[in-house]
Amino acid sequence: MQRDPNIAQNPGQNFISKLGIDLRLLGMLGALVLLCVMFDLFTGGRFLTPRNLFNLSVQTASVAVMATGMVFVIVTRNIDLSVGSLLGFIGMAAAAIQVHVLPDILGLGHWSIWIIAAVFAVIMGAVIGAVQGWIIGYLTVPAFIVTLGGFLVYRGAMWWITQGQTVAPLDPTFRLLGGGADGTLGETLSWIFGVVASLTAVGLILASRRRKASHGFTVKPVWAEGILIGLAAGLVLGYVWIMNSYKIAKGALPRIAEARGVEMVDGLVLNHGVAIPVIILLGVTIVMTLISTRTRFGRYVYATGGNPEAAELSGINTRLLTVKVFSLMGALTGISAIIASARLGAVDVGLGTLDELRVIAAAVIGGTALSGGFGTIYGAVIGALIMQTLQSGMASVGVDAPLQSIVVGMVLVFAVYVDIVYRRKTGA
Amino acid sequence: MNTQTSQTARVPLVELKNMSISFGGVRAVDDVSVDLYPGEVVGLLGHNGAGKSTLIKMLSGAYGADSGEIRINGEVATIHNPRDARRYNIETIYQTLALADNLDAASNLFLGRELVTSLGFVDDDAMESEARKIMARLNPNFQKFSDPVSALSGGQRQSVAIARAVYFDAKILIMDEPTAALGPMETKMVSELIEQLKSEGIGIFLISHDIHDVMHLCDRASVMKNGQLVGTVDVNDVTDDDLLSMIILGKHPHGADGK
Repeated sequence: MQRDPNIAQNPGQNFISKLGIDLRLLGMLGALVLLCVMFDLFTGGRFLTPRNLFNLSVQTASVAVMATGMVFVIVTRNIDLSVGSLLGFIGMAAAAIQVHVLPDILGLGHWSIWIIAAVFAVIMGAVIGAVQGWIIGYLTVPAFIVTLGGFLVYRGAMWWITQGQTVAPLDPTFRLLGGGADGTLGETLSWIFGVVASLTAVGLILASRRRKASHGFTVKPVWAEGILIGLAAGLVLGYVWIMNSYKIAKGALPRIAEARGVEMVDGLVLNHGVAIPVIILLGVTIVMTLISTRTRFGRYVYATGGNPEAAELSGINTRLLTVKVFSLMGALTGISAIIASARLGAVDVGLGTLDELRVIAAAVIGGTALSGGFGTIYGAVIGALIMQTLQSGMASVGVDAPLQSIVVGMVLVFAVYVDIVYRRKTGA
Repeated sequence: MNTQTSQTARVPLVELKNMSISFGGVRAVDDVSVDLYPGEVVGLLGHNGAGKSTLIKMLSGAYGADSGEIRINGEVATIHNPRDARRYNIETIYQTLALADNLDAASNLFLGRELVTSLGFVDDDAMESEARKIMARLNPNFQKFSDPVSALSGGQRQSVAIARAVYFDAKILIMDEPTAALGPMETKMVSELIEQLKSEGIGIFLISHDIHDVMHLCDRASVMKNGQLVGTVDVNDVTDDDLLSMIILGKHPHGADGK
């Protein structure tokens, strides 16, 4: 990622700048690919398997969803230390209502239980986040302190809901939101999803090109646009193809066959397909990217991070903006709480422990500057993916847990150092 | 000044009456009254810390006054924040420029007033296109539209800040040390711009501590010292030395009272 400005005119650099791909993005993707290949070599080909990639993407979803919200929090020069505890609190509350409250009112296994629980989780997160944001924005208590307090409060509050008991089993439909053999789109839907997603990506690239051309701006050469389109479609369809090659284990086969309406015969082969949490993550990533780059709110988030005084003088209500940013963070934590609790099928008081640090690390590895003003949604998602790859990879190589922490900690510091050097060289 | 009699007959564009503000017991602005007519440039002179920027920040909404009254076109105006000021078509070019360094020129130009598409999304391409048009008028050499403004030179940053103030049909323009960071060419550009805006009937408060700037560009000058108004004079009636003694000694030149 470090480049001498004097060699800016070399052909490789020129090729990349014509493609219009950010060097930082390229660096992160390079690091990710390098990690995957390395782990695959060390494990003798057990890392880059459909099974492992499926698990990796499902495990990344919860942290990555929150990391997209953490980008806005950090860009506005704040921090949120409470997301792990809040995830646990929301997860426990949503579990309690679907296990202890709603069945009494609606009847056990009622079809609407999972919807009510999920909506409840998101709203609960948004409200709690808004309260934190109000204390930070209007009462001007530093975010570090407010969310440090929240970190303790929510973990304690979580305990009070059920006196520390584990809540299980969660509603069967709700559990699909966490992935697993049942919680996927299935093969056919996965392919349809893949085709629709790639066509959309291609459409967006072409629409942007037409818009730019209509204003008379210079556009990328046709070959560059072609490569981008190929990359986008290839990535999506390739991922779907891999997920559609992950066979469902024999033991689960009869159950899945019944759920999908396929006749159970000898020699039947069913594959997983794309997991629902991954679809949720993709949806969140797209919406958050739209918010950050195409809405006034997103523009104000970055302006406030870049120069709070200038933002205020430009007529931006920076206090209200803080409330909105933290409320959004809370709502996303609610979504992550759904994914995390649904994946485990039960909620215990430890749910979400240390997640705040994973989320902050993901955002920071993804190029979000703690000094404010800089950070991208895709960066945070890739950051979360790098963290998870590192952790899963080391586990599968057989690295001891304490050593894993040591490595992750050092990688975090190193990544930020590289980012600082990169910023200094590019002057961005 | 020969237009003096006709001006007093007209309604002032802006009247700041008996404005006061304190910070931690220090009276930064103490009972100051100034006014501004359409098509007029009023210079605000004084040492650093004389209170001129603070006075003007009460008009632009950055500070709320402790006491005093702001009248726009003769009617009492309530200005509590920059959004209020913008509603009265008051635009300000701050000494610090107030640019978000991480955003590009077009984003800064339209900050708080983005152009949106029919779906409500910000229309970056339309904003860049508009930015290119106005910059072509103000600073034809300006080309860095896709870089963050932190990558621009002082003069280029200044022209972004100026473009932002003049793009949105300002009626009242506040310029806080607009030429402090500029080279000779760019200073000349600002002078021409002020003349042009004046002819369009815009009223301009020009904060400066450069007497030559004020003598050259302004119709009247109000001098402040230690938070108080020393006096307001017609620049045609005074010499550089008169202004200098007002700034340094706080002494009002005899017979040159603008009131």
